[in-house]
Amino acid sequence: MGEKPNSSMVEEVLSVYPEKAQKLRAKHIVIKEECSTCAIKSNMKCVPGLMTARGCAYAGAKGVVWGPLKDMIHLSHGPIGCGYYSWGGRRNLTKGILGVESFTLMMFTSDFTENNIVYGGDKKLEKVLREAKELFPSVQGFSVCSECPVGLIGDDIESVARKMTKELDVPIVPVRCEGFRGISQSLGHHIANDAVRDHLLGKRERDDVGPYDISLIGDYNIGGDAWASKKILEEMGLKVRNVWTGDGTVEGLMTAHQVKLNLIHCYRSMNYICKHMEETYGIPWLEFNFFGPTKIRESIREIAAQFDETIQQKGEEVIAKYDPLMQKVIDQYRPRTEGKRVMLYVGGLRPRHTISAYEDLGMEVIGTGYEFAHKDDYDRTFPEVKDGTIIYDDVTEYELDEFVDRLRPDLVGSGIKEKYVFEKMGVPFRQMHSWDYSGPYHGYEGFPIFARDMDMAINSPTRALTKAPWKKEKEVR
Amino acid sequence: MNKASECNHPILDWMATEEYKEKNFAREALVINPARTCQPFGAMLCALGIDGCLPFLHGSQGCAAYFRSCLTRHVREPVPMVSDSMTEDAAVFGGQANLIEGLKNAYATYKPNIIAMFTSCMAEVIGDDLKSFIGNARNQEAIPADFPIAFANTPSFTGSHITGFDNMLKGLLQSLSDPRQGKWTNGRLYVVPGFELYPANLREYRRMVTAMGIYMTMLPDPTEAMDSPNTGEYKMYQPGTPLAELADALNASGFIFMQKYSTVGTQKFVKNVQKIASEAVTMPIGVRNTDAFLMTLVKMTGKRIPAELEAERGRAVDAAIDAHQYIHGKRFALYGDPDLLLGLVGFLLDMGGIPVHIVCSNGNEPFRKEMEALLESSSFGSAGKVYNGKDLWHLRSLLLTDPVDMLIGDSHGKHIARDANIPLARVGYFLPDRVHMHRQPIVGYQGAINLISMIANIFIDEYDRNCPEENFELLR
Repeated sequence: MGEKPNSSMVEEVLSVYPEKAQKLRAKHIVIKEECSTCAIKSNMKCVPGLMTARGCAYAGAKGVVWGPLKDMIHLSHGPIGCGYYSWGGRRNLTKGILGVESFTLMMFTSDFTENNIVYGGDKKLEKVLREAKELFPSVQGFSVCSECPVGLIGDDIESVARKMTKELDVPIVPVRCEGFRGISQSLGHHIANDAVRDHLLGKRERDDVGPYDISLIGDYNIGGDAWASKKILEEMGLKVRNVWTGDGTVEGLMTAHQVKLNLIHCYRSMNYICKHMEETYGIPWLEFNFFGPTKIRESIREIAAQFDETIQQKGEEVIAKYDPLMQKVIDQYRPRTEGKRVMLYVGGLRPRHTISAYEDLGMEVIGTGYEFAHKDDYDRTFPEVKDGTIIYDDVTEYELDEFVDRLRPDLVGSGIKEKYVFEKMGVPFRQMHSWDYSGPYHGYEGFPIFARDMDMAINSPTRALTKAPWKKEKEVR
Repeated sequence: MNKASECNHPILDWMATEEYKEKNFAREALVINPARTCQPFGAMLCALGIDGCLPFLHGSQGCAAYFRSCLTRHVREPVPMVSDSMTEDAAVFGGQANLIEGLKNAYATYKPNIIAMFTSCMAEVIGDDLKSFIGNARNQEAIPADFPIAFANTPSFTGSHITGFDNMLKGLLQSLSDPRQGKWTNGRLYVVPGFELYPANLREYRRMVTAMGIYMTMLPDPTEAMDSPNTGEYKMYQPGTPLAELADALNASGFIFMQKYSTVGTQKFVKNVQKIASEAVTMPIGVRNTDAFLMTLVKMTGKRIPAELEAERGRAVDAAIDAHQYIHGKRFALYGDPDLLLGLVGFLLDMGGIPVHIVCSNGNEPFRKEMEALLESSSFGSAGKVYNGKDLWHLRSLLLTDPVDMLIGDSHGKHIARDANIPLARVGYFLPDRVHMHRQPIVGYQGAINLISMIANIFIDEYDRNCPEENFELLR
């Protein structure tokens, strides 16, 4: 076992940086102490030259928010690369015939050439939209997700969108998510929320509204997560009218102003639209957590409390039905996961939302942090962690490597760019963005899979092969 | 996702028609599911092949995150790279401040032996001048005056990933190689793999050239970066082309380029400007292409082909004859980079396979001519047609209107293979949905055996899974 998180360790790790970088980075790392308030700095520029895991506004807008919305074509407007890298890179599952009912797994780009940079791309954009509508007549709309050059050369995609919306008779949404805007994915989420607000929300009415209609917001259906969450909510008697945006539809977003409650899973990426709907339509919103039985139980009760006794009764029935099954899962895995120490570094909500699921398995989160969180995320995180937990914001790869090397957790949960670093270090690892191609992890359906996967990572016999028998003198950590 | 080949939907039916194909091919502006990406990705790969080299992207940080994620998913290895995180203020004032601060921090933190810098489209659009910025960084002592930095402009709106690889390689030679010393050579053959994402192919090149008794340098050599041993310890830098050998590159006895189209600019620089003896071969996929590669080595060095390689050739020929009946007369569609396609089509023609649709999203006219000449050279090539600049949605129309037996290409083709209800033999880049395919060579005689086995066994597996019960027998 390694050290406990301590401030001299942090100082020592940062000491390799030049003075300015040292000062900048020191504000983003804290160790929670008794009665300490949330003093961490966040949502600030990355330090140039230090390896960050952060992406850009385009990644937040096209990759996260718009991409999963299945019956729209999300055009990567600009050079070829951005669309290529974000093509199939997030596991937003959808139901529907590819190319007819769902376009999520496809990649559409205006493929800028030098000519478009010099003379502008607006004409090309018109043509691209026309061609796409002709080839995919069932498409329900387009988002035009701008890449860096579009903003730099001064194209007017807004007026192209207006013109083509009329011509093609489907909503065409300009999304100004050029990668240089903001400092991370986060601004892209906000820009995407605003674009939904301005171009889709409230544009249609449905005539079959009911008292139990809700929206599930900020669930991108990674590995089927939204389906697992919906299952619980529907068993409670609620009607999930739409999901933002995993397996989502244009119709669902357009009529979302008619629901009675917005349930928000990923607060970071979609709080904006919830606050807007609260102000404009008076729809209350509630954060919830469907990771692990403890939080699921709490969340079911909090959600049910927003409704009448019928729902509250059904909520209790759901808990009574699944709790024993979850206990079985815990009984099966906890002997092998008890006391294991975990470090997390993820995006959106998982650095705090998954903590309790680990605790359900007897594990302890000793370090956690976010790629692109704001202060309100850390405010929500501090109460969830124990004293002595190290919290790091936009941690650089060097810092995370050093912290993990010194603290020697039994498991690291982070992203694909981090995965193989820790595998080489001999530290068990699970991807916590993509569930390492497993999942779902949400809900009662997800917890058994989560428990199995964490056990598998920690207790795989493969790591015991690392040490060659003739290299006995050297301890492999 | 429902399996399209089992769905009924009028639009889906229409999408399988000639009429739709015509509309699809009439596209002039929209690109759907392309088999190519942007320049800096190739530049990153090139940079990872130099010993102790830190790839440094001048531009937006999001690009760096994308390139790293993409390569790491293919090779299942860490991919270190930094950017100078340019944001809106850099768009207005230029990226010099970011570049200087970025160099200072990266140098102090990651302690590289060299830095290879290339650009995202943001930096290209605003017209940043790498050379003068780097000079200013030295003047301001962000990095030592003599610290080696190579740089290349890699705009995403021209060329593709193979162009970026080429530009970075040329940039490395121009920035860091000592001038040629007259007629004296260091006696080393420089082997340039090109945009190559099979570490096993690089190992195969090294093994074959070394078996010939040739003293060689691989430039660049990202073999270990793409496939490093697990020792329980993480090392950020894996061994690559030693800096001394990069510095001495222009004194090479010769250069052999294992890919032509991903090294065009570097070839010109080495051959025409530096007047170094150099040859570019077709990627040695299949027996004949491998023969041509070895004969080129013989021609360049005067060495003999050793018995070891001749025996290996014999085994590959034996494998080809043993398995010919599973490939002969089968129709194939292929897509990928120009060099890969030339190699693969040559291989199929060796086997009596029939290449039908050949889609090259980043192909140019010289490629078309070379491919057409190759197809004409064999009676099995007469059905083959080259589609330059087309994408996988075009290919979908081709597969549905003029069916083939197998699709060969990277994992992005899995959806159209499913739509057309044919198997996909995964070859090339990007293969994130299967494990360890990059660890099996597809070049050289051993690579020929691997490809023959993979393709034949996929056909046999398909038949076993789908054949009528009465045909389900032990022998195949």
